[in-house]
Amino acid sequence: MADNAQILSDIADIVNDITGVDQAEVTPEKSFIDDLDVDSLSMVEIVYACEEKFGIEIPDDKSKDLKTVGDAINFVTAAKA
Amino acid sequence: MSLSTRPQIVQAQGSPSSRILATGHVRGSRVVSNEEMCTMIDSTPEWIEQRTGIKERRWATEEETPRSMAVEAGRKALAKLGLSGSDVDAVICATVSHHRPSPSLATYVAHDLGAFTAAAFDTNAACAGFCYSLNLADAMIRNGSAATVLVIGVEKLSEMINIADRGTAFLFSDGAGAAVVGRSESVGVGPAVWGTASDQVETIEIEDWSQVAGHPEQNHPLIAMDGRAVYKWAMTTVTAKAAEAIEKAGITPADLDVFIPHQANDRITDALLRHLKLPESVTVCHDIADMGNTSAASIPIAIDRMLERGQAHSGDLALIIGFGAGLVYAGQVIVLP
Repeated sequence: MADNAQILSDIADIVNDITGVDQAEVTPEKSFIDDLDVDSLSMVEIVYACEEKFGIEIPDDKSKDLKTVGDAINFVTAAKA
Repeated sequence: MSLSTRPQIVQAQGSPSSRILATGHVRGSRVVSNEEMCTMIDSTPEWIEQRTGIKERRWATEEETPRSMAVEAGRKALAKLGLSGSDVDAVICATVSHHRPSPSLATYVAHDLGAFTAAAFDTNAACAGFCYSLNLADAMIRNGSAATVLVIGVEKLSEMINIADRGTAFLFSDGAGAAVVGRSESVGVGPAVWGTASDQVETIEIEDWSQVAGHPEQNHPLIAMDGRAVYKWAMTTVTAKAAEAIEKAGITPADLDVFIPHQANDRITDALLRHLKLPESVTVCHDIADMGNTSAASIPIAIDRMLERGQAHSGDLALIIGFGAGLVYAGQVIVLP
């Protein structure tokens, strides 16, 4: 099972790939929308890329709860547990 | 009577292939900027442009109807070939904006163009309507039931905008694009990849007339759309179908000159591009910037405008793909006229 640091690193790569935000900016306390300036369509792409990368399913109603990078890490950890 | 002695019916002789011979377009005459849009909805011009790539859209006046716009676009396309309506064997209108269930818009358009005996019917495949209709026209020409088909995508979506929906109201626009499709020795219309994702049929819907009574201030059926769901579907399914259309045409992405997806939202175009991984040599259509989303009309309008502006050229190989309410999709590789 991937550890949290690895999941964070993977999510940072995904965010960088889709939005151009520097990987170092992507830390657990950051809000995707408020801190990283990710808009709703980019968020759709990030969620989809996470599903592909981690081999999990993130239902629409759950994806709306992923406010921070930490939320996403916790979701991935729980889904893969 | 035994089978062997019964008279045998014969098949018509069609053309080996078809191609688009000429295109024409007309846009709603009223320019509606993002600034003006923001006097009607709670948004900002920058937000709209950043989310959609749209800077301005075209709305038709009261006098500019789906019928008048379709006729004008059709006449322009025919004129490029020195043809008139009487040369047309069939008229197909792809539209969701013709509010009379019968007769079809195509019959009125055929009448106005002087195509008095042409076969005429509408297709309702929303934003995939032009690509669906082009597939039909190609089949009609190859099976010998028509030699010259006029395919027109036409919409007047401004009447159906839900101005209270700040997530979609700024997208839609009015216009018509026409293509004269005729016989060809070489293949000018590649195999269509088409279908639906009908498990998501409610993702984009236009109201029926019984619902109009609920909002008498807007006296047309209104469009409702789950933009996020459309985006995800486009990014995954439409991308895969676009790749399939290239493969079915027997070419590789590097052989393409132009990519003209339905002009739904420039962010969708960008996502399609990113996932399709087309080479940089392919010219990508961004007609939406000063045109908005005209559903079934967006692809033929874009083809004609790209040719006019020299962004695309006669003989270029173009991948076109429409996708929209249903959720329907259709795409094919074509040779530009």
